Amino acid sequence: MTDAAIQYALFGRLDAKAFPFVRAWENPNLSEIIGAAAGAMVVIGAVALVTLLTWKRWWRPLFLDWLTSLDHKKIGIMYIVIAGVMLSRALIEAVLMRTQQSLAVNAPGIVAPEHFAQLFSTHGTIMIFFMAMPFLTGLINYVVPLQIGARDVAFPLLNSISLMLTAGGAGLVMISLAVGEFSTGGWSGYPPYTETAFQPGVGPDYWIWAITLSSLGTTFSGLNFAATIYKKRCPGMHLTRMPLFCWTALCTSILMIFAMPPLTLATALLALDRYLGFHFFTNDLGGNMMNYVNLFWLFGHPEVYILILPAFGVYSEVISAFSSKELYGYKSLVIATMAIGVLSFTVWLHHFFTMGQSANVNAFFGVATMTIAVPTGVKVYDWIWTMFRGELRFTPPMLFSVAFIMTFVLGGITGVMLAIPPIDFVVHNTVFLVAHFHNVLIPGLLYGMIAGYQYWFPKAFGFRLSEGWGKVSFVCWVVGFYLAFMPLYVLGLGGMARRSQALFDPDYQPWLLVAVIGAFILLAALATLFVQLWVSVRDREHNRVPVGDPWDARGLEWSIPAPPPEYNFATIPRVYHLDAFYWHKARGDAYKLADAYDDIQIPKNSWVGPLIGGAGAVCAFGLVWHIGWMSLLGFATAWLAVIARSFVRDTHRTIPAAEVKATEARWLALAARTRPVSRQLEESSANLGLAEPFPPEVAA
Amino acid sequence: MSGLQLKHIGLNLRSSDELEPGEAEIGLYGFWIFLMSDAVLFALLFAIYGTQLAATAGAPGPQAEFKLGSAFVETLILLTSSLTFGLSAIAMKYDRTRAGLIVWLCVTLVLGLTFLGFEVSDFATMFRDGATPDRSGFLSAFFALVPTHGLHVTAGCIWIVVMLAQIAVYGTDARVKLDLLKLGLFWHFLDIIWIAIFSVVYLQGKLG
Repeated sequence: MTDAAIQYALFGRLDAKAFPFVRAWENPNLSEIIGAAAGAMVVIGAVALVTLLTWKRWWRPLFLDWLTSLDHKKIGIMYIVIAGVMLSRALIEAVLMRTQQSLAVNAPGIVAPEHFAQLFSTHGTIMIFFMAMPFLTGLINYVVPLQIGARDVAFPLLNSISLMLTAGGAGLVMISLAVGEFSTGGWSGYPPYTETAFQPGVGPDYWIWAITLSSLGTTFSGLNFAATIYKKRCPGMHLTRMPLFCWTALCTSILMIFAMPPLTLATALLALDRYLGFHFFTNDLGGNMMNYVNLFWLFGHPEVYILILPAFGVYSEVISAFSSKELYGYKSLVIATMAIGVLSFTVWLHHFFTMGQSANVNAFFGVATMTIAVPTGVKVYDWIWTMFRGELRFTPPMLFSVAFIMTFVLGGITGVMLAIPPIDFVVHNTVFLVAHFHNVLIPGLLYGMIAGYQYWFPKAFGFRLSEGWGKVSFVCWVVGFYLAFMPLYVLGLGGMARRSQALFDPDYQPWLLVAVIGAFILLAALATLFVQLWVSVRDREHNRVPVGDPWDARGLEWSIPAPPPEYNFATIPRVYHLDAFYWHKARGDAYKLADAYDDIQIPKNSWVGPLIGGAGAVCAFGLVWHIGWMSLLGFATAWLAVIARSFVRDTHRTIPAAEVKATEARWLALAARTRPVSRQLEESSANLGLAEPFPPEVAA
Repeated sequence: MSGLQLKHIGLNLRSSDELEPGEAEIGLYGFWIFLMSDAVLFALLFAIYGTQLAATAGAPGPQAEFKLGSAFVETLILLTSSLTFGLSAIAMKYDRTRAGLIVWLCVTLVLGLTFLGFEVSDFATMFRDGATPDRSGFLSAFFALVPTHGLHVTAGCIWIVVMLAQIAVYGTDARVKLDLLKLGLFWHFLDIIWIAIFSVVYLQGKLG
């Protein structure tokens, strides 16, 4: 065996050139140095994290209380932590791209074309798969079992595995900053450009395996949530008594089950092309890249609604709670949600109107696309009618919801414009499209996730987030959005191609400068969210809401302490009406001791989830670098963990009824001696999580 | 009447066989959803295969490469294995001893492995003829669709071995029975996929 063969067997394609630090040392230009700095941030961040964990002795609690936990609430929180970290990275990349474009009008700018292409590829990939998906999965995880009166999801261990697979994928994207490079093929990774012939390096492989890990995790999440919502509802919680967030979560889960397999298949077939020389999407020997495009958007369009529907659910909850009214048109909202879910599978072709199919085919998909605007419009009117003559309180979640309605309608209108094939032919592949999808996804997803985070945070941690900083953040998110993306509509109509690293028309520059200012304001908006978190944690003693109902809200999740006990409900509730908890409050029989308490079985912690996630990431890393032994090791470990787990019988532990009863009695005693707070004072420290009884005529 | 009420689609256990109420209902429901997702995957593989039928690019095509006789034998073996799995499930539910269950599971395993042996030998012949997946879009699609089913059968065989080990360790406790129900769904599902493969790939390729 030669030295080269031994080195390949041990390290595959990995060599010194893989590290951006080496590349920057050998070729010190600004673009390489930016790349090395980003890699350094990953390394420094990892070292700092390890140091902090060691110094504070947090390793044990990290593993024993969090990473191995099967509690849906902790898993939900961990999902949202991943989303926060990844959001930070992808937003910084966005700022870098806009900076580049504003500088690069007839000038080289600061990042090289290759580097710029990696930036837009990681930005899109992260924002969709490792920011939006974990964020909404986290919220669903935390909230849905509480809203349907369940103690956990249907399959707690599978839930942990989903989380850890997603984390593994996110880790892989982060590692690509410090080892190797990422794909330059955009978030959709179209072949033949992503085939070996054009991208022989590791970039597309990182993309393929990160996406594969995440899409497996998402498929399992969808399965888990659907089973939870269909099978774990408490007595009396008929489907039509579920809070709207549960409906949107159900619809999203169904979409996940049906829409993730096309993505898994698309990336798997691309991997077969790249690794084993298959010809699915190559230019020669019978490959057909349109198969990829169809597969990708068979996933990609339902994905849009996977992203947006949970946010619609959040808005429905928030607007109802802060308008102090029952949701207007509950049934129409449910029907609209499910209609959107069905229609989402009939429109995928509008992502490639210009690819040469006949005009009639385009017309069909154009009309189908416009049809989706109808149920969405129904929803907008329902939210407005919910606010109409309500007792409105403009807390941060409510502000985000109102900004969503205004902004999303604009994005929807440009969406209907793009659904008209002749218009699409004109603005196709310009930043008009970029402006459109940011105009729907930022209000339609991000605002919703932030609103949900602010709305349920007091439930999860027992104290409110600072409303002052929340409002500062809100202003930044909204102003930043309009400044950053409205200019792109103009530029797009002016013919500016998307993903341009350099530009040659000086007329573009003023608009690009406005856009970059907007991008920086959005970065400030993210920073204010972190400031808000820090300030709120610091002042938590003044903001506690232990009784658990800070917003005089309506669903079952508010009927338990904040933070909730690990078993959620001391006794499984019985539901008689929509807005179950509000109904009890209106009748004056909330906060009552139950007649009897039973022992509660809850799942024990398990190492299987972290093991499978870690092994999955190791396997993927080995595949990226063609390190055979490493991939086999990861693959075998993951499956052996599954088999070994199937032999474990002692999977539950019991919390005795006496303990449950004592905890519940302590909390009820606290509720009894707590002074209720009126809705007008809910943003003050007088708010201890017990809402003041309200005059019956407002009860609606 | 409660004895006649089905809690989920497919063979139900007796209620005394459950570890906790609702466990079978939720677990089997979740597994049906998983199979649905897997069915979408196969449906797409079939669709890709359909679009690539003509993309032989000068490499050997279906007429030259498919052996109907061998595919028919494989079909018979796999369908028989579904029957024997069904017999094992009935033995699990009604027999007092475990002998029937174990014997039928072993027969199913042998049939599954025989099927895989035939399939691998088919592939080996194709490889010898130079019909490898890197030759054409058509062969790529063939080698994505049929071996994906084969890998599922392999997973099913490993699962049978694991379940035999669990029966050895734990007897037939509730967990083992529930897992066997899921394995059964998986095994029959693979049969249905194979029928589609036999019709769409082999019959169409040879006679169509």
